Amino acid sequence: MNSFLSPLHSWTLLDSWIVVIGALSAMACALPGCFLLLRKQSLMGDAISHTSLLGVVAAFFVSHWLVEAKVISPATELSVRHVTMCVGAIVVGVMSAWLTESLQKLGNVESSAALGVVFTSLFALGLLLIRAFADNVHIDLDCVLYGEIVTAPLETVGNSGVPRAVIVNGVVLAINLLLTVLLFKELRLSAFDPALATTLGIPAQVMHYGLMGLTAMTLVAAFESVGSILVIAMLIIPPATAYLLTDRLPRMIVLSLLIAVLSAALGHVSALTLPLLISRSIGIADVRDASSAGMMAAAAGFLFVMAMLLGPKYGLVVRVWHRLLLKLRIAGEDVLGRLYRFEESAPADLSATSERVALLRKITSQSRVSRLATWMLIRRGWLIGSGSGVHLTDIGREAARTLVRSHRLWESFLAKHFVLGEGRFHESAEQVEHFLDPELLAELDHDLDRPGVDPHGRAIPN
Amino acid sequence: MSAASLLAADSMWELFSRAVSLRDYNTRVVLAGTTMLGVSGGLVGTFLILRKRALAADVVSHAALPGIALAFLLAERFSPGSGRSTGVLLLGAFVSGLLGMAMTLAIRSWTRIKDDAALAIVLGLFFGVGTALFTVVQKTKTGNAAGLRDFVFGKTASLVAADVWLIGGISVVVIVLCSGVFKELSLLCFDEEFAAARGYRTTLLDGLLTLMAVTVTLIGLQSVGLLLVVALLLIPPTAARFWTNDLKIMSGLAAAIGGASCAGGVVLSAAFPRLAAGAVIVLTGSGLFLVSLVFGKERGLFPRWRSQRQFEQRIGRSDLLRACYELLEPILGANETTQESLTKFEIDELELSGMRQWPAGRFHGLVSTAVREGLLVSMSTDGYQLTSRGAEEARDAVRHHRLWEIYLLTQTDLDPRLVDRGADGIEHVLDPDQLAELERRLDNESPHGVPPSPHPLAITAETP
Repeated sequence: MNSFLSPLHSWTLLDSWIVVIGALSAMACALPGCFLLLRKQSLMGDAISHTSLLGVVAAFFVSHWLVEAKVISPATELSVRHVTMCVGAIVVGVMSAWLTESLQKLGNVESSAALGVVFTSLFALGLLLIRAFADNVHIDLDCVLYGEIVTAPLETVGNSGVPRAVIVNGVVLAINLLLTVLLFKELRLSAFDPALATTLGIPAQVMHYGLMGLTAMTLVAAFESVGSILVIAMLIIPPATAYLLTDRLPRMIVLSLLIAVLSAALGHVSALTLPLLISRSIGIADVRDASSAGMMAAAAGFLFVMAMLLGPKYGLVVRVWHRLLLKLRIAGEDVLGRLYRFEESAPADLSATSERVALLRKITSQSRVSRLATWMLIRRGWLIGSGSGVHLTDIGREAARTLVRSHRLWESFLAKHFVLGEGRFHESAEQVEHFLDPELLAELDHDLDRPGVDPHGRAIPN
Repeated sequence: MSAASLLAADSMWELFSRAVSLRDYNTRVVLAGTTMLGVSGGLVGTFLILRKRALAADVVSHAALPGIALAFLLAERFSPGSGRSTGVLLLGAFVSGLLGMAMTLAIRSWTRIKDDAALAIVLGLFFGVGTALFTVVQKTKTGNAAGLRDFVFGKTASLVAADVWLIGGISVVVIVLCSGVFKELSLLCFDEEFAAARGYRTTLLDGLLTLMAVTVTLIGLQSVGLLLVVALLLIPPTAARFWTNDLKIMSGLAAAIGGASCAGGVVLSAAFPRLAAGAVIVLTGSGLFLVSLVFGKERGLFPRWRSQRQFEQRIGRSDLLRACYELLEPILGANETTQESLTKFEIDELELSGMRQWPAGRFHGLVSTAVREGLLVSMSTDGYQLTSRGAEEARDAVRHHRLWEIYLLTQTDLDPRLVDRGADGIEHVLDPDQLAELERRLDNESPHGVPPSPHPLAITAETP
């Protein structure tokens, strides 16, 4: 255990900055991601993250050309390049969204196919340009893809010691936050009900392309420091995780921001610790650390899977548990009903022990669920089960009476209002009896003028 | 020009001609294998597109990354040096690709997250894990890069013959398999329930299609790179769709486009080694896609624009001729508008243009077209005369219009003032059978004659 955590003992300021950069860019991505998810355009963000490469390459060319033409000095090239990169990415991002849409409309191409054609073509163009003119521009493809999050903190602004990546991603996050707060109503409406949004005068096109432009800007700002992998993952995974946890949009946005931060921290910690663990268990030479950006994406995925399994409302575990509880309740109620009917049919001879033993055996041998349900009823004190068979206690009999009452009232109700075969009453009542509440029972009773017997001629208990 | 640059140009040309003339054994093998890959991609992609699952291939290719890295690590662990074997790496890719596919299915069916988001989530997650594992691989002694990087960006031209035999062989198997179950797959794509009712095992077929798609994606990884391999399955069938509505022709065309773009990409990247091979293959496909988008016979922009234009011209022509007829009708008297008498009178240009609210430019265009087509004859003054063919067509146009007007008046409760407008749109699309039916229903006594207008004639607005 100690050796597993040992890399963390050498945690430095650098590691903290890495987490901060990861968290800031992840949060910046999660904001537009929330709306992309709700607008069912998750893959659009993905596509833009690919096509932005073309914008980045174009920006390199422009800044390089400006230096060659002596418009700017080589010293300012870097800062000019950042601006052109941002503009280039926004232009290409909006362009790819527009191309996809026109291909869909003009060419009758199905939307996902249109998206695929556009993003692969533009990305291929970007790749080709990089390779073809690699001598003139110094872009490392690996850097664009995988990011340089480990070295990003080293590049600081002035003497403040604050890494430039922190400032860039912080500014983008601030812009995204501001826009989300200011345009919250419009964004929400056009995400959930585009038709209503249009009738209320919210321009759908502007919202669509605005969101695409914003996404592209966020992506390209984050690219440099954390690479496109983290960006692709952080755009959709934290919002999707939050979406599984809540039904309210404001809560979803806040949650997705928290999850983004958590993934960044968890990712870097596991990048430091996990590889050692894995490499030792596989038995290869010690590997010190893995790509932090990759691990942050993996951590976000891990959190998503956790939410998918353990979410309070939509989690798989909770849903399975609820289904099990319902099954147990129904099985228990069925046991009660059977006992009640047994006592009803043999009122004179309540001590017919052999029959009771046979009944207990019959009930418990039926299925594992009904055995468990019987056991729970005994624990609760509604049944007394012993060697001499099974008896209803007074509380148990009360519950059983309500159930049988529900069953027979429902049968009577069906008989009064529907023309059905006799067998059908029973079938339906077997299911409905478990879900009738006291109010509905009173309604039924009133509707049927307080009937004494059910359609089969058996007394309806009070 | 210096000697050095001459030499450079010469070797460049040498390289190019070697590539194009396929003088190298390796280039020939790569060309054949990669072309097979393109053909199988186009074929399988056709069905994938029809089932709207094209982007699933993108997820598979990204999801393959952790599998490749892990397969390398494990192979190196158990028998050092075997990690670079293509078979081992592809096996790892296959397992994790399928795992990624299974996870999208799980997310889609067990949570309330939609299809597209499920794809994006799995893509991000697997790609992240894959990158993390890749850095681990690169830090092992044997693993610095180890050719694994080629899986990301592709390296077509420098593939070794043994790998290409594997790629080509698997492609051929996929092609044969796909052609074998062609009928079943097409039924699956167009009417899944009908296929199930016919007794086909749709789940099995769907699984087979998925398996073939995963296979093509994975064997394409080395040639095109995982970032772009989806294009192999996506671009050819989307391009083929512009040319035809027939699935058989479409799949054949998709296979051809896929093969052509791969072959073109291989030759180009062999000639210009600096170009990224995967990107060249994709861009060749994009070029073919653009050509199809513009010129595709069935859905292409140009043919559609042309037929739209032809239709508009036909409408304009019959509107013009009807105006001529209606101008002459009061002069001749309703019963004297025979084909012969219509050609005898001159029509004043100004009066004609006033018959309908034509924009000036359009009116002149229509008239000059009609003159060119021999429907009108230009007279010395600002006037025209109908030719005998023009008169015939004019009578037809008016007959269509009025039959429909009468039909609307007698059979519907339409306001008589609206009847003219209603007929204006329909008259152009009535076919002979419908006309005969109209005449039968209206008990028209003079078949092929022109019935009188059921309402006073007035200037009509130009139909949009």
